[in-house]
Amino acid sequence: MEKTLRKYFPLFALPALICFTISFLIPMVWGAVLSFCEFSTITNASFVGFENYIKAFTIDNYFTSAFWFTLAFAVVTVITINVFAFALALLLTKGIPGTNIFRTIFFMPNLIGGIVLGWIWQMILNGFLAYYEKTLLSDASYGFWGLVILMNWQNVGYMMVIYIAAIQNIPSDMLEAASIDGADGRTTLFRIVIPAVMPSITICLFLTTTNGFKLYDQNLALTNGAPNHGTEMLALNIFNTFYSRVGFEGVGQAKAVIFTILVAAIALAQLYITRRKEVES
Amino acid sequence: MAAVASKNTRWIIFLILIAVAALVIAPILIVLMNSFKGNIFISGGGAFRMPDETSFVGIANYVNGIERIGFFSAFAYSLWITIASVFFILLLTSMLAWYITRVKGAVTSIIYYLLVFSMIVPFQMVMFPMSKFANMLHIDNLLGIIILYVGFGCGMSTFMFSGFIKGIPLALEEAAMIDGANPVTTFFRVVLPMLKSTAITIAILETMWVWNDYLMPYLVIGTEYRTIPVAIQYLRGGYGSVDMGAMMAMLVFAMIPVIVFYLACQKHIIKGVLAGAVKG
Repeated sequence: MEKTLRKYFPLFALPALICFTISFLIPMVWGAVLSFCEFSTITNASFVGFENYIKAFTIDNYFTSAFWFTLAFAVVTVITINVFAFALALLLTKGIPGTNIFRTIFFMPNLIGGIVLGWIWQMILNGFLAYYEKTLLSDASYGFWGLVILMNWQNVGYMMVIYIAAIQNIPSDMLEAASIDGADGRTTLFRIVIPAVMPSITICLFLTTTNGFKLYDQNLALTNGAPNHGTEMLALNIFNTFYSRVGFEGVGQAKAVIFTILVAAIALAQLYITRRKEVES
Repeated sequence: MAAVASKNTRWIIFLILIAVAALVIAPILIVLMNSFKGNIFISGGGAFRMPDETSFVGIANYVNGIERIGFFSAFAYSLWITIASVFFILLLTSMLAWYITRVKGAVTSIIYYLLVFSMIVPFQMVMFPMSKFANMLHIDNLLGIIILYVGFGCGMSTFMFSGFIKGIPLALEEAAMIDGANPVTTFFRVVLPMLKSTAITIAILETMWVWNDYLMPYLVIGTEYRTIPVAIQYLRGGYGSVDMGAMMAMLVFAMIPVIVFYLACQKHIIKGVLAGAVKG
């Protein structure tokens, strides 16, 4: 069969591969090359070595501050989202009436797009801050915590669904054995439930980390980096480097390469940890 | 599973869940409420007040918003791009996945790893060269953007399809081929029907992505054709203040299709998300 099928490469594989080449492969390689060039349109590039990479950190300190902002944001959201999601998952696996309806409601915000979410929360947070005669743009910390609230609202339900599935998969005899042995709720939680759902915790930790690092739409719609780049995250900083000034496209591309390496490193760390766990178990 | 909690604890849990549900729903209801209020009654401290005689403007915000951003054409563009992209992603990547899973060799494994690699790379890496390249190839239009979405959706979709195909016994396909079916008939008659549940999962994940995507349509076709997210962001305009009344009305319109879609295929969506999270 393999032999016959091999001849059908143009029909089965080629259409998707052409699309993949146009939209990903060529731009990816081109982008990597352009990060070492100075250009304003992609056809007039001249080689400048590592200049763009140096400029990424030296023309201003916005890229560095965007990195710290993004890192802080990722750390805070990873902790808050997962704690809330796990707590809700525990509450929703206790056989309370209406469990399915609650699950449906809690998951819903996840489907709303980032731009729409950003504007919803801009209105609400500004509504609250107006009582104190402030706005989201009064101080960068308002934008930071605003984004944290938004991200929790959007993602807690999603992670909760993953945790619920994991908790429901715990064999009931394990829990019965624990309760016969006289384990209280706390012991059961820390000795049985959490170890049993560890693979899901790993998945959720990485999902929230990557979501935090790659965040763009919500950042754009909520504060657009204001005040004075104080709430600009990495993805938004890269976009602004490309498109808000002419002549800095090479620097933008260099930043994009650094960003890609950062995101890929997180993904590889996840792969490494999941593989090791699989070998152990 | 867990031991049945006492009656009091169950009541407390129930009340907590009600409170959380209120927190989840409230922002949406506040947007809905404000969509009937005049611009100045939304910002500046009045965001949580019910509409009254002075602030109520009827459907003026909706009329204004629809006109300003061309909501119905935005809706049509979003709908077309989503349906066409998801259809072609499903068709072309299921074929690709079958091919690279069944034909072993250096080429197919290189393709596989490139596709997996593309899932990791953030959009910012390729956005500038891609939008310029799309412009050079004259695919920066409502048809061409489908090619770009197929290319970008390729990674996850092929990965998930081939994960499933690996588990299908070869015997079925071989039997069909021995009976004289060519690979095309074998694929469409034997393989494709078995991929149905995976295809639904992938369709949901890709639909959520394409429908809500902002940067790609903004960069590639944004000046001529605005999809819903691009149109919403467009209301911000240059510097100057945003018409929050029209914004609220358009947010309501943007959320309606999503909520309808969610309520209609809730079971599949949650299943799809679970499968996607575990695989990704």
